[in-house]
Amino acid sequence: MSGPLLRVEGLRTWFPIKRGLLQRTVGHVRAVDDVSFEVPVGGTLALVGESGCGKTTVGLSLLRLVEPQAGHAWFDGEDLLALPEEAMRERRKAIQIVFQDPMASLDPRMRIRDALVEGMQSFGVGADEAERTERVAALLARVQLDPDSMWRYPHEFSGGQRQRICIARALSVEPRLIVCDESVSALDVSIQSQILNLLSDLQDERGLSYLFITHDLSVVRYLADRVAVMYLGQIVEEGEAERIFAEPAHPYTRGLLAAVPSVDPAVRRVTAQVRGDVPSPSRPPSGCRFHTRCPEVFERCSREAPALYPVADGQARCFLRDPAGQAG
Amino acid sequence: MSERVLTVEGLATAFPGPAGPVRVVDDVSFHVDRGEVLALVGESGCGKSMTAFSLLRLVPRPGRIVAGRIELAGRDVLALPVTEMRAVRGREAAMIFQEPMTSLNPVQTVGVQVVEAIRLHERIGADAARRRTVELFERVGIPDPGARFDAWPHQLSGGMKQRVMIAMALCSRPKLLVADEPTTALDVTIQAQILDLLREIQRETGMSILLITHDLGIVNELADRVAVMYAARFVEEGSRTAILGAARHPYSQGLLRSIPARARRGVRLAEIGGTVPPPEDWGPGCRFAGRCERVLDHCAAERPGALRVGEGHQVCCHAVARDLAAATREAAR
Repeated sequence: MSGPLLRVEGLRTWFPIKRGLLQRTVGHVRAVDDVSFEVPVGGTLALVGESGCGKTTVGLSLLRLVEPQAGHAWFDGEDLLALPEEAMRERRKAIQIVFQDPMASLDPRMRIRDALVEGMQSFGVGADEAERTERVAALLARVQLDPDSMWRYPHEFSGGQRQRICIARALSVEPRLIVCDESVSALDVSIQSQILNLLSDLQDERGLSYLFITHDLSVVRYLADRVAVMYLGQIVEEGEAERIFAEPAHPYTRGLLAAVPSVDPAVRRVTAQVRGDVPSPSRPPSGCRFHTRCPEVFERCSREAPALYPVADGQARCFLRDPAGQAG
Repeated sequence: MSERVLTVEGLATAFPGPAGPVRVVDDVSFHVDRGEVLALVGESGCGKSMTAFSLLRLVPRPGRIVAGRIELAGRDVLALPVTEMRAVRGREAAMIFQEPMTSLNPVQTVGVQVVEAIRLHERIGADAARRRTVELFERVGIPDPGARFDAWPHQLSGGMKQRVMIAMALCSRPKLLVADEPTTALDVTIQAQILDLLREIQRETGMSILLITHDLGIVNELADRVAVMYAARFVEEGSRTAILGAARHPYSQGLLRSIPARARRGVRLAEIGGTVPPPEDWGPGCRFAGRCERVLDHCAAERPGALRVGEGHQVCCHAVARDLAAATREAAR
């Protein structure tokens, strides 16, 4: 690994809330609010958080499937967010996305071969139809499906097989970055491990980079080099994966990790450290957005918004890590 | 001797299929004692939810129970007339589901729905029922319970809705709570809160819980005993520590090994090869045979019987049977 393949700076995607007859904008859902991170070449950044934290919107914003209001996304020296629509369409060849529900992302009336050829056609991969069909066969074999199954329809496959098809489709245009948005979350654990191993092998073979978006911390540990934890539209902690699991610096990261039940029969440990519900992203709490649920909250937290302070190999958005002292 | 709340013997539930009825629950037997938490664990389609539905005679049509006996709090569930069955649901056993939103009426306030549930089982005035509801809301950790009485389901978060469902399930003090993936739709911090709550309530009331889940972590948190299901049958049953710490069936072992939480970057995850066979491919023998690393010649042809391998620990596996036989011969020599 060397340098970042993708560097995101100050990404902001707010959705307007419209009310009344004139549909006036009365507020904003601050889905993504000043988010910065890097995805290493040939490596994996896991973007982790609970529902509504904005992690999916980050992925969609990078592909400009929703339009962000501010920020930069440097990919190969180009700012994806500043490209004209036409040029952006071209770049989607290099950045593919695999979603949670493969049934929803495959056209039920399209044979697998046609679904895989579609992308190649629009990006000019493969000289002619015969060559593309050959490539489909090779891709299906690579994701451990029978190449002859290219003539079948999505409903003839199981959930795990369909996810393999979606991965093959993403690979068909030879991308450099794949955004995996909860790609293994809907799968049973025995199938999940097959897909995780496949993703890991593909990364080694092809030098792929992954932006791995998930709510499930247990899969992160297996795949990620770096982890960014999101809460209410912001990154609250970022750093090397092993360190985050061993020594989480932010109280939210600690709470998340403590909430994952262990399967070790000697450890029965879940206690809810994080209280209450996630507040609405349209009206995030004052000061630190996590202060309403934080087990370590103190007076300054509700008054002032913390910056990202350096921690070991990463950073944490918490006054406990303020080099100027907790009281400020 | 502990009191049996639930006894199930030879239960089979079938749905019509193109080639005749398919038994989605096939010859399942187990029991739950008073104050005990039994977890039914398995992957999608293994029949664990259908087992739960069968207990309360809630199997959706055209499915139906085709064999077996269910005894709940001393009553023969399958012999009860429909009206009495309605009384059993709620009073003897209540159920909570994965998706609280689909179990709540969207056009009625949550408080009124709990009041209705209470008055279904008890002759009690509207004011008293309302007071009881607010107490229950408080007990299940709903903040500002008096005000939340008048909330609509859509105004509550997923975690709050599940708390309402738990309050409703508790309202008639059932002996058994059937909890079908109660935290699967919730975020992990909220899941931790709900697990805390279920554990507290179970200790306080001494009720039994039949927990249906795919998550072995949740099993570890709540269960006393565990039954592992695969393709409509039990393959292993034992105490929490026996199953999570010393599982004998190759499927249970494979499930435990493939959990990524134990993995590290760069260390390959264990896989169970292949996929669960569809019911039309279920043969006469062990249904895991096609994916099993320890498969023997007769596995696909002969159904393995339950074999006792420890205190309350049984497993249905020909390979384990052979291990045991070998160990016995060794000991005799």
